[in-house]
Amino acid sequence: MNTEISPGITRTSTTSSIRLKWNRFWADIRRDSFCYLFLAPFLICFSVFIVIPVVMAATLGFTSYDGFGSLRFIGFDNYIALFTQDIIFLTKALPNTFLFALIVGPGGYVLAFLFAWLIHQLPIRIRDYYTLAFYAPSMAGAVALSVVWIAAFSGDRVGYLNNFLLGMGWIDAPIVWLQQPEYLLKVMIIVSLWISFSVGFLAMLAGLQTVNRELYEAGRIDGISNRLQEVFYITLPSMKPQLLFSAVMTIVTTLKAGSISTQLTGLPITPQYAGHLVINHIDDYAFIRFELGYASAISVMLLLVSYFAMRFAYRLFGSKEEL
Amino acid sequence: MMIRRLRRITPFQVILVTVFTALAAFMSLPIVFILNHAFKPTNELFLFPPRFFVQNPTGSNFEQLFLHATNATVPFSRYVFNSVVVVALTLISVIIVSTMAAYVLAKYQFHFKQLILSLITLSLMFAPETVGIPRYLIISGIHLNNTYLGHILPSLASPIAVFMLVGFISQIPGELLEAARIDGASHFGIFTKIVLPLAVPAIATISIFTFQGVWGDVETSTLFMQDETMRTLAFYVNSLLSGLQNSVAGQNIAAAAGLLMFIPNLIIFLLFQRKVLETMIHSGIK
Repeated sequence: MNTEISPGITRTSTTSSIRLKWNRFWADIRRDSFCYLFLAPFLICFSVFIVIPVVMAATLGFTSYDGFGSLRFIGFDNYIALFTQDIIFLTKALPNTFLFALIVGPGGYVLAFLFAWLIHQLPIRIRDYYTLAFYAPSMAGAVALSVVWIAAFSGDRVGYLNNFLLGMGWIDAPIVWLQQPEYLLKVMIIVSLWISFSVGFLAMLAGLQTVNRELYEAGRIDGISNRLQEVFYITLPSMKPQLLFSAVMTIVTTLKAGSISTQLTGLPITPQYAGHLVINHIDDYAFIRFELGYASAISVMLLLVSYFAMRFAYRLFGSKEEL
Repeated sequence: MMIRRLRRITPFQVILVTVFTALAAFMSLPIVFILNHAFKPTNELFLFPPRFFVQNPTGSNFEQLFLHATNATVPFSRYVFNSVVVVALTLISVIIVSTMAAYVLAKYQFHFKQLILSLITLSLMFAPETVGIPRYLIISGIHLNNTYLGHILPSLASPIAVFMLVGFISQIPGELLEAARIDGASHFGIFTKIVLPLAVPAIATISIFTFQGVWGDVETSTLFMQDETMRTLAFYVNSLLSGLQNSVAGQNIAAAAGLLMFIPNLIIFLLFQRKVLETMIHSGIK
C-alpha cells in the first residue's frame, strides 16, 4: 500500500516544488528587472559581436563554404587537412608563431615586470616620465610606428640600422632586412617586443603600488636579505591579480599579432612565408582564397590555444580555480 | 628611520637611474624619431648618411599630406571627419553602456550574474582578429555595411572596459548607494548621481584604451566598409604606408601622417595618466 502511494505523492510534490522554484525564479527576475535592463545594451552587443561570432566560427569550421554558394558540412575534414596536408601551415605558420609567441609572450611579460619594478624603485616624482617613455611606443599604435620601422630597417644604405652597422664596420653591404627570409621574423620579434609594454605593463605598475610596504619591513625581520628574495616572496605574491590580468593581456596581444608582418613588408604574404603567422594564414584563406570554412577551422584552433594559455596563466597566478 | 632611509640616495639608485635613463631613452627612440621625421624637408629624409634629428624643421609634409589627399577621390577632410565622428560616438556609447553593465554587475545580486562575469573574464582573451569572418557575415547580415553603426557597434562589446569598471565600482562603499536609496533615489538616479561621478577615474582609463583602439583601428574600415567615403583616417594612413617599403615617393607624407595618428593618443594619455594607475589597482583578476 504504502509503496504504491508514496511515488504519487513524491511526484506531485516534485512538480509543485519545480513550479514553486520556477515562480520564485520569475519573481526574482522581475524584481531584478532593472539589472537586466542596465545590462541589456552591453549583453546584446557582447552576444552579437563576440559570442555569436565564436559560435559561428566553430560551426563554419566543420563546413566547406566560399562565402557565396551554400554551406556543405564536411565534418572534421578541415581539421584533418590542417594537420596533415597544409604544408604552409605545418612548416611555416606554426613554427613561426610558436617561436614568435614564445619570445614575445613570456619574454615581453618578464621584461614588462622588470621595467615596471625598476620604475617603481625610482623616486616618485620622476616615475611618470619613465612610464611614458616605455608606454609611448605601444600607445602610438602599429599604424603610426610602421613609418619608423620602415625607415629604420630600410634595405639600402640610408636605412638607419644598415647605416649604423656599416659605420661600425660590422657588415660589408647593406642588408635587406624586411625582404630576406632569415631576418624578417627576427625583426618582427624585436619590433613586437618594443611595443609590448601596453595595458599589462600599466597594470603591473599599479599592482606594485598595492603591495603593502609593511610587508617588506616584516620580511626583513623574518630574514629576507636581498631584493631578489623580496621580489619573489613579497612583491610577486602580493600582486597576483594584476599579474594575471597582465598575463591574459599578453596572451591575447601575442596570439593575435599578424598585421605586423604586413605592415613591415607591405605584402599580405611575406617573402617565402618567412613572417607568416597563424593570423596571416587565416587572412590568406579567408580574404584571398575565400575558403571561409577552412579559415574558420584555423581560427578555432587559435582560440583553443589562447584558451589553454589562459588556463595555464590561471594555474600560475589565479587565487581560485575557475573557467 | 624609514623616511631617512628613503631619502638617502644609495649607490644602487644612482646606477639604476643612469642605466635606466639610457634604457628609457632607447625605448622611446621610435617616438623621438616620429616627431623629428615628420618635420624633415624632403632632402633631409633621404640624406646620406641619414640624420636622426631634423635640421631645418618644416611643415611642408603636412601641407603635402592635405594636398595629396584633397586631390584624391575622397578628400582628406572626409577621413578626418569619419574618424572624429566614429571615435566620439564610440567613446560616449562605450562609457554609458559599459558603466551601466558594470554598475549592476558590481553592486547587485541576480540570476546569471556569475555566468556573465565569468563570460566577461573569459572573453578578455578574445581577439576580434580571430573571428573576422563571422563578424563580417553578421555585419552584412544586419545591413550595417557602410554605416557609422558598423564602426561603432562592434566596439561596444568591450569586455576589458566592463571588467575594469566592475573592479573599480565594487570598491565604492555600498552604504553610499543604500543611503541614496533611502532618500528616494531611483536606480537610474543612483547611477547618474553617484556611480558615474565616483567612477570617473575608471571611466578616464577605459576612455584612453577605447580611444587608442578605435583611433588606430583599420579592421572595421577594411572589412565592413566597402564605400571609400565611410573609411577612417587610420585606414587612409595605413594605405599610404603600405607599399612604402621600397619606394621613395610618399615618404614625407607618410611621416606626417604617422605623427598625426600618434598625437591624439599622446594628448589623451597625458591628460589621464594618473587616473589610469589609480584604476588599474582595482582591476586585477582575483
